[in-house]
Amino acid sequence: MSNSHKYETVIGLEVHVELKTKTKIFCSCPTEFGGEENTHVCPVCLGLPGVLPVLNKRVLEFAIKAGLALDCEIAGFSKFDRKNYFYPDLPKAYQVSQYDLPICKEGRLEIEAEGKKKTIGITRIHMEEDAGKLLHSGTTITSSHYSLADYNRTGVPLIEIVSEPDMRSAQEARAYLEKLKMILEYIDVSDVKMEQGSLRCDANISLRPIGAEEFGTRAEIKNMNSFKALQKAVEYEVERQAEILDEGGSIVQETRSWDEEKGVTVSMRSKEEAHDYRYFPEPDLVPIVVEPAWVEELRNSLPELPDERKGRLVNVLGLSEYDAGIITGSRALAEYFDRIVACYEEPKAVANWINGEFLRLLNAQGLEVTESKIDPEDFAALLRYIADGKISGKIAKEVFAEMFEKGEKPDEIIKRKGLIQISDEGALSAVVEKIVAGNPKSVEDYKAGKEKAIGFLVGQVMKETKGQANPGLVNKLLQERLESL
Amino acid sequence: MRKGENVLSLTGLTAYKLSELLRKREISSTELTEQHLELINALEGKINAFVTVTGEDAIKQAREIDKRRARGEELPSLAGIPAALKDNMCTKGVKTTCSSEILYNFVPPYDATVVEKLRAAGTVMMGKCNMDEFAMGSSTENSGFAPTKNPHDLRAVPGGSSGGSAAAVAAGEVVFSLGSDTGGSIRQPASFCGVIGLKPTYGYVSRYGLIAFASSLDQIGPFTRDMTDCALVMNAIFGHDSKDSTSAPVEAPDFTGYLKDDVKGLKIGIPKEYMQSGIDQQVAAYVKKAIEKLEELGAFCEEVSLPHTEYALPAYYIIAPAEASSNLARYDGVRYGLRVEADDTISMFNETRSRGFGEEVKRRIMLGTYALSSGYYDAYYLKALKIRTLVKQDFDEAFAKFDCLLTPTSPTPAFDFGEKADDPLSMYMSDICTIPVNLAGIPALSLPFDTVDGRPVGLQLIGKAFDEGTLLRVAYTLEQNTDLTRPKPDLEGGAAE
Ligand SMILES: [Zn+2]
Repeated sequence: MSNSHKYETVIGLEVHVELKTKTKIFCSCPTEFGGEENTHVCPVCLGLPGVLPVLNKRVLEFAIKAGLALDCEIAGFSKFDRKNYFYPDLPKAYQVSQYDLPICKEGRLEIEAEGKKKTIGITRIHMEEDAGKLLHSGTTITSSHYSLADYNRTGVPLIEIVSEPDMRSAQEARAYLEKLKMILEYIDVSDVKMEQGSLRCDANISLRPIGAEEFGTRAEIKNMNSFKALQKAVEYEVERQAEILDEGGSIVQETRSWDEEKGVTVSMRSKEEAHDYRYFPEPDLVPIVVEPAWVEELRNSLPELPDERKGRLVNVLGLSEYDAGIITGSRALAEYFDRIVACYEEPKAVANWINGEFLRLLNAQGLEVTESKIDPEDFAALLRYIADGKISGKIAKEVFAEMFEKGEKPDEIIKRKGLIQISDEGALSAVVEKIVAGNPKSVEDYKAGKEKAIGFLVGQVMKETKGQANPGLVNKLLQERLESL
Repeated sequence: MRKGENVLSLTGLTAYKLSELLRKREISSTELTEQHLELINALEGKINAFVTVTGEDAIKQAREIDKRRARGEELPSLAGIPAALKDNMCTKGVKTTCSSEILYNFVPPYDATVVEKLRAAGTVMMGKCNMDEFAMGSSTENSGFAPTKNPHDLRAVPGGSSGGSAAAVAAGEVVFSLGSDTGGSIRQPASFCGVIGLKPTYGYVSRYGLIAFASSLDQIGPFTRDMTDCALVMNAIFGHDSKDSTSAPVEAPDFTGYLKDDVKGLKIGIPKEYMQSGIDQQVAAYVKKAIEKLEELGAFCEEVSLPHTEYALPAYYIIAPAEASSNLARYDGVRYGLRVEADDTISMFNETRSRGFGEEVKRRIMLGTYALSSGYYDAYYLKALKIRTLVKQDFDEAFAKFDCLLTPTSPTPAFDFGEKADDPLSMYMSDICTIPVNLAGIPALSLPFDTVDGRPVGLQLIGKAFDEGTLLRVAYTLEQNTDLTRPKPDLEGGAAE
């Protein structure tokens, strides 16, 4: 172990987000994930000689929405540039991107890591096109006899969100990425699925002696495909750099790749081998002029964002920070919650059931909130049954499981299975009478001061009523009857 | 070809005359097309204006037009007229090579917008014309296949880069053709070959399907034998195109409406910088003769200064190669065109590009790559953009006072093969009068005006953005009032090998 505590870690993240527009950024091919190789292509995204790009306005809209959600300044005038480099997955040998005039800049994102709140600066957000996918016959392009190219993904719109080097630990980096994902999901501009590559993250990591002002030399880490991978890769890299510094060595500015299996970062290319991208303004596209009125329109169209929403759940609806945090963790869940509360105005009860049974069943089956078969009105109806004392909490769980399974309405299940709680005093008194008469031993025990004996008698009444008796009422009636003996 | 036979009578005519004969059904498009194909067969051995002749397709299209006409359909004025395209405009199912080894077998799966428009107009496509490779050059000597010769003098170059398109019209092989102009590539060959060539305002004609050389400068335009045809072809090809983001969202008028024999009261500026360095005395004399003629017809001509003209050429040779270095990067052997197999993909790139591109193309890719490299961008590319703005301002100031400008199209008549081929700089000078126009994005046309030793000389008329009208009007007036605008090549005896 090195003395990594001697150093302060400095992390900045570059996050690529695939936008979920229906069509690609410069042509009308579908952006759909999957599909047979080279079927979602046309002359434009294949970069055939003579074709020209036409910007999909929805891409601009989504980029601006992301900028607004991250508190960015939206540029009234921006432009596209060409980033030139040769690679077989890049059919034009340049990527249309934005260089010096990005669509958004100077934003911020509030995160919470290890119990502390912190604001991370957003340097910029720019739009660009995705490249294709290669499948090498060997391990690398130069050691391969042949490589296969699939251009379905070529031209899928991306935004790149670049943070300031404001993060100081792996936990903060992870919290930033999780929060970013949450916000992008809220504003509905991306599927943000790391496994499918619609959310990709590179990390710039450097160390500096605690108290130092100047940044150390950084390494850029690529190829981290999950939140866990990001955290592990940062932790590894910090350790690696600290060891080098401890031994009096110096960090090489380079790009490194995270090897998930081995749990290490491996050098990809040094600064000297870095590309000179020869950026210049894309002459086939006109500059982007964004009207302030449109920006305001988009601002007004933004949904309530996670922090705002959480605040409302805590301050207005009286939920705990913890419960509100879980519910607002995903927009789908938060909206589901709101819809139930709209039908049944007991937010705490709704929150208990959502964070309890609902999420338990969802997680057990690996489903998304949107895949739930339970209609919010039915969810509310079930909670009302409980509140009205018509069914017990235990029965409710059974009913809920069936609702979850089949999407059936609670009334139907309760009716079909005859589960309605017996709260009729007359009917229950008769059963109580019968059980007291049939269990003299327990009655005797109770009278002799063994108060626990009443539990057995309650159980017998419940058994007799197939669990439908109102347990509170049974308790009360039994006690009255026993006292009267 | 034998003289005096009817077989020659339908070639060498203008589109509007042929259109009239077709409409009256005095001739058929099929016979018109056949005659042009015969002439192409007869002349191509000498001229080599074409990379690909699509004879069978042409006959099919002509028959279809004849059938439609026989059914009594009202057809557009260019219907049934044989035409050709520079080989950098994509044609669905027909090889499009840019006269480059690297695209020797490229067959586009789509039509360029201008091609769609010409098809809709019923034009009969005769084939694809030779050019300097990727439109880089001023003589068509840079064709990756073989040079085109000037129909007026086979020892002379036809100009470039649209040399094939200009020569095909001059030789009578087609009635009109399309070329592209990045720094003079329509006007200079029009001047050398004695035909009319118009470079429209940037954005007037869609670039979709035009294989890019320098995207911010390229513009498609027509080669015709007279001004009426020029207006007719413009009517067919102009217009906003949603597939081209740089296409201007303006309504274009009926260009034939500008064909007025009247220049009275027009103010015509004569940029003095264009009449100075390296200009041939005879060419200068013709420009003066044109000025006299225009004044005689009631125009006011006056000298004007465009002070940044001398910087236009160097700025162009930064901007155009910079864009080209990026535009031509896609030719890597992966998806189409030439592939030279090698041990791995990266080596395949290198081998393919080394073999596939010619010298001039490689030179410009190197120039452009260098100009965009980090550390040089500000000194070269950015500075060139600033000059571009100044050149534009020069024109803006001139147009505040003048309706159009008159200059020579090229400082000299057509030069001999090999004369400048080994000296890129002197070759570049051949476009000194045409390049500033592309930097400014404004329209200009070249009108033939007499010959020097049998080699035509062109006048260049430069106009305000989207004011092709004034150029058409002035050129039409000169055409109506002199007999100097239609030099005829003598391809049967006079033109010596
Ligand atoms: Zn496409």
